[in-house]
Amino acid sequence: MIFLLVAFGLGSLLVAALTRWLGTRVFLVAAIVPTASFAWALAQSPAVLGGRVVEESFSWIPQLGLTLDVRLDTLSWVMALVVSGVGALVMVYCVRYFGDDEPSLGRFAGVLLAFAGSMFGLVVADDVFLLFILWEATSVFSYLLIGHRTASKASRGAALQALLVTTFGGLVMLVGLVILSVNAGTTSLSAIIGGADAAQPATVVAVFLVLVGALSKSAVFPFHFWLPAAMAAPTPVSAYLHAAAMVKAGVYLIARLAPGFADVPGWRESLVVLGVATMLLGGWTALKQNDLKLVLAYGTVSQLGFLTVVMGFGTRDAALAGLALLLAHALYKSTLFLVVGIIDHRTGTRDLRRLSGLGREMPVVSTVTALALASMVGLPPLLGFVAKEAVLTSLLDGALELGAIGWVALGGVVLGSVLTVAYAGRFFWGAFWSKAGVDPVRREREHPDFLVSPVLLAASGLALGLLAPLVDGWLGGYAAEFGEVEHPYHLALWHGLEPALGLSALTIALGAVVFAARARLAVTQDALSLRFSAAEGYGLTMRSIDRLAARTTSLTQRGSLPFYLGVVFLVFGGAVTAALVLNRSWPSEVRLWDYPGQLAIGAFMVVAAVAAVRATKRFQAVVLVGITGFGMSALFALQGAPDLALTQILVEVVTLIAFVLVLRRLPARLGEKHGSTHRLVRAAIGIGVGVLMAVVAVVSLGARNDLPISLEWPELAYEGAHGLNVVNVALVDLRGWDTMGELSVIIAAATGVASLIFISTRTDNLPRVPRKAARKDLRARLTADRDQQERTSWLLAGRTLAARNRSILLEVVVRLIFHALIVVSLYVLLVGHNAPGGGFAGGLVAGMALVARYLAGGRVELGAAAPIDAGKLLGAGLLLAAGTALTPLFFGVDALTSTWFTIELGPLGSLDFVTSTVFDIGVYLVVIGLVLDVLRSLGAEVDRQQEEEAGVSS
Amino acid sequence: MSVSLVLVIVMAVLYACGVYLMLERSMTKVLLGFLLVGNATNLLIITMAGKAGLAPIVSEGVAPEEMTDPLPEALILTAIVITFGVSAFLLALIYRSWRLGKEDSLGDDADDVAMRGGAVTMQGEDTDALPGDTEFEERPS
Repeated sequence: MIFLLVAFGLGSLLVAALTRWLGTRVFLVAAIVPTASFAWALAQSPAVLGGRVVEESFSWIPQLGLTLDVRLDTLSWVMALVVSGVGALVMVYCVRYFGDDEPSLGRFAGVLLAFAGSMFGLVVADDVFLLFILWEATSVFSYLLIGHRTASKASRGAALQALLVTTFGGLVMLVGLVILSVNAGTTSLSAIIGGADAAQPATVVAVFLVLVGALSKSAVFPFHFWLPAAMAAPTPVSAYLHAAAMVKAGVYLIARLAPGFADVPGWRESLVVLGVATMLLGGWTALKQNDLKLVLAYGTVSQLGFLTVVMGFGTRDAALAGLALLLAHALYKSTLFLVVGIIDHRTGTRDLRRLSGLGREMPVVSTVTALALASMVGLPPLLGFVAKEAVLTSLLDGALELGAIGWVALGGVVLGSVLTVAYAGRFFWGAFWSKAGVDPVRREREHPDFLVSPVLLAASGLALGLLAPLVDGWLGGYAAEFGEVEHPYHLALWHGLEPALGLSALTIALGAVVFAARARLAVTQDALSLRFSAAEGYGLTMRSIDRLAARTTSLTQRGSLPFYLGVVFLVFGGAVTAALVLNRSWPSEVRLWDYPGQLAIGAFMVVAAVAAVRATKRFQAVVLVGITGFGMSALFALQGAPDLALTQILVEVVTLIAFVLVLRRLPARLGEKHGSTHRLVRAAIGIGVGVLMAVVAVVSLGARNDLPISLEWPELAYEGAHGLNVVNVALVDLRGWDTMGELSVIIAAATGVASLIFISTRTDNLPRVPRKAARKDLRARLTADRDQQERTSWLLAGRTLAARNRSILLEVVVRLIFHALIVVSLYVLLVGHNAPGGGFAGGLVAGMALVARYLAGGRVELGAAAPIDAGKLLGAGLLLAAGTALTPLFFGVDALTSTWFTIELGPLGSLDFVTSTVFDIGVYLVVIGLVLDVLRSLGAEVDRQQEEEAGVSS
Repeated sequence: MSVSLVLVIVMAVLYACGVYLMLERSMTKVLLGFLLVGNATNLLIITMAGKAGLAPIVSEGVAPEEMTDPLPEALILTAIVITFGVSAFLLALIYRSWRLGKEDSLGDDADDVAMRGGAVTMQGEDTDALPGDTEFEERPS
């Protein structure tokens, strides 16, 4: 079975691709898969009918216990035959229904086949979660199929409505399935049903939740409204989804659960009442419709209610009758939909008031329709008759045994059948009768093979009716799940003169009367038209959700960043304060300082921070904030954190430069045009957060009782990672995954900077200096005659800068220190494993070297200094880091495991090389990439834009 | 473990100043506030390391207890570089806002204000309309 599901999936991709060449004939290719499935299911008949169950299992996600468990018993076998058989015939029908010019035909064909596959999977699934996934898949595919005509608003609306209603039900059902599977300790549907305990409250709740899903899928009141709207779908879709397949999923689930859960309190009552209501409502509304397809749509709603009553009734005989009815309904209802499609195709209308005289002209179609309708109303010798007899007998027996609810079911079904007879008559009359005063509408004759599918479907209804005793044997396996009964009912064409036959005759006679009185009935119906319909209820719900969303948005989305931040800080403060109030542990002692120097540095930082708040000049504020940063660096240095001190001081410098690069374009004055607002509120929030964080620091440190885990780190670093600098080892080895995450953040930020400035590309378009030529030129000029007026340059591209912007002193200094800085950066990088340093610090030092080149020589010089694209540096860095992390996996050890080896350098001694150094090189490259991106964007590109604006070319 | 009062006070002042600045409407001030809050948070983390100790570099004669806790240090090292990346991004935002609108202040979002004023309505799909009664164009007979 699983290979069939795979075939459906692959097939749907294939047919979508083939449509371009095959046109509508692609449906013949598509039909192969369901035909094969049908043949496969037929081949399983001996096993299934012999009482065996065909099972397959494939472990899908073992960690979640998700398995592809499929199981074929009698019920699944019948459903699988229906789904694949009707599916194949509908696809054959599509060949003639659509024209080659139909828009998005390939998508349609692919989705239709995918739908058939999920439906097939749904009826054979044994794992409840597999069932759920396929259940939702059918909803999604049905959304795509109903909305096939994407240009039509009605079609999109109907598709969305069907999707929302059925997925809502599906989600409710999921909750029920989870409860059931947790309770039962298994996800196997058959095991859950086999071990059902109908009395347990949790089970009762769960079963009703599942029923919500089933009823919404099968369009039973109060969810019935989506089905008529879904008639916006192309007619073949209606014939398949809305007659034979998807809407049967709910009925199927009810039938599946009934053997285990029919005794759940309220099961029978609710299903019978809702089913009867649906049957009557659908039948009554069908009588009002003038569109043949809508007559069928409401008729289907009515029949689904009928099926719900019978399947939900929960006795052995009713179950047998229900399955026969389900089979009969699939056959006649899809026939009727296909016939409507043919009529529409031929005449260009489905309005029964405008059709006339078709019966004589289309004898085959009208005969087929007559057969299907006869099965629907229950005339012998069709399968519908056999099923209806069985239904009436089982309900009558049930009524005698169970009392009131049985009588409700029987009465409802009889009344509903009267309506069914009436609208069936109206359908035939409307489609085929010659009506006085109606001009016949005609188009070209149909191709004979358009009729193949409806003829086959209608003929099967007749054949199965004649073979009733055989059918009884085929379906008996499902009825047997309800246990043995004393006098089991058997399907047959003739049971003698019994009450059911009388009831059946009565419904047909009364239905004929209602049909004859149709003109008078229409007047009554108009007078009785309901004020409020479920569809309006749906519309109202959707509109109120929209309104609620708009109101919530306008309430919470004030559009003001200070407001948002204020709320964030207040909520944060409130939550943390609440936690602090509950705190019982306070530190026993408080130190004034670790060393007196802390006081001096701290005082500097406090003054700088407060001054930064009050600063009115942009640069002033930036420098003051920078001072707090340098203060941090000093604190780190004295706190025993040399790595931090080094990194912080480098970052401070680069940040300062980045600020300067941007702020040169902004006005010097800082602050609002209209002055600051809400000063006091902001100050209160600020001070509040500050005080709160102080308390948090004191309390959380006081709460630290256990020994820090990092006490073991020095040993781990030395033994495991062959490194002495614990912090660096932590970054590249012990906690390497964190660093990987950090690298991704940096790459995202650097890319963000570049794209904000360059807008349309990732790379700049700096004029590239051909390095070789520039070097030669430079050398030539340096050694040339010094008398020339033009000042020479010490840098590769120094001469591109306007003379007034050049500083010869700077150029010389940069010329002298650039290479030294690069060497230092490499040194810092490589010693980082054992001494303060590492990739971060090394990368920043290299970045500083680039900063120096840029400041001294301008943007062209930057291009010459770093001829490589920053994006490539970032990518290469991440690749190195990820590669180092993943390579150990190939050696069968955990990711990020490091190893080391000693390289003998002869007279120079030996060098220990640790693999995590490669990781650090990745970090190094990423940091250089970040600095380069900042320089290229905020520096070089801003220069260029400035020059462009000023209209000056350098 | 006990806490160094000086560090806690400095941290609290940095937080207070940072939050105050972040609530401003000038984008430059917001960014400066962000940097102050970043520094304050790094102080908070280093405070968690407890007493100041020796640099966490393995050498003979130094017991792990004598070192400053390396875990907060690793966290801060990461935080410093990320703060730099994020501030570079914010700087680019500031520059762009200035270039496009000569504006360094955060105005209220116009769409949100319009929504609050009830000027915006939600448009849903119309589900009431039933499709026409044919899928094929009509042709005169």
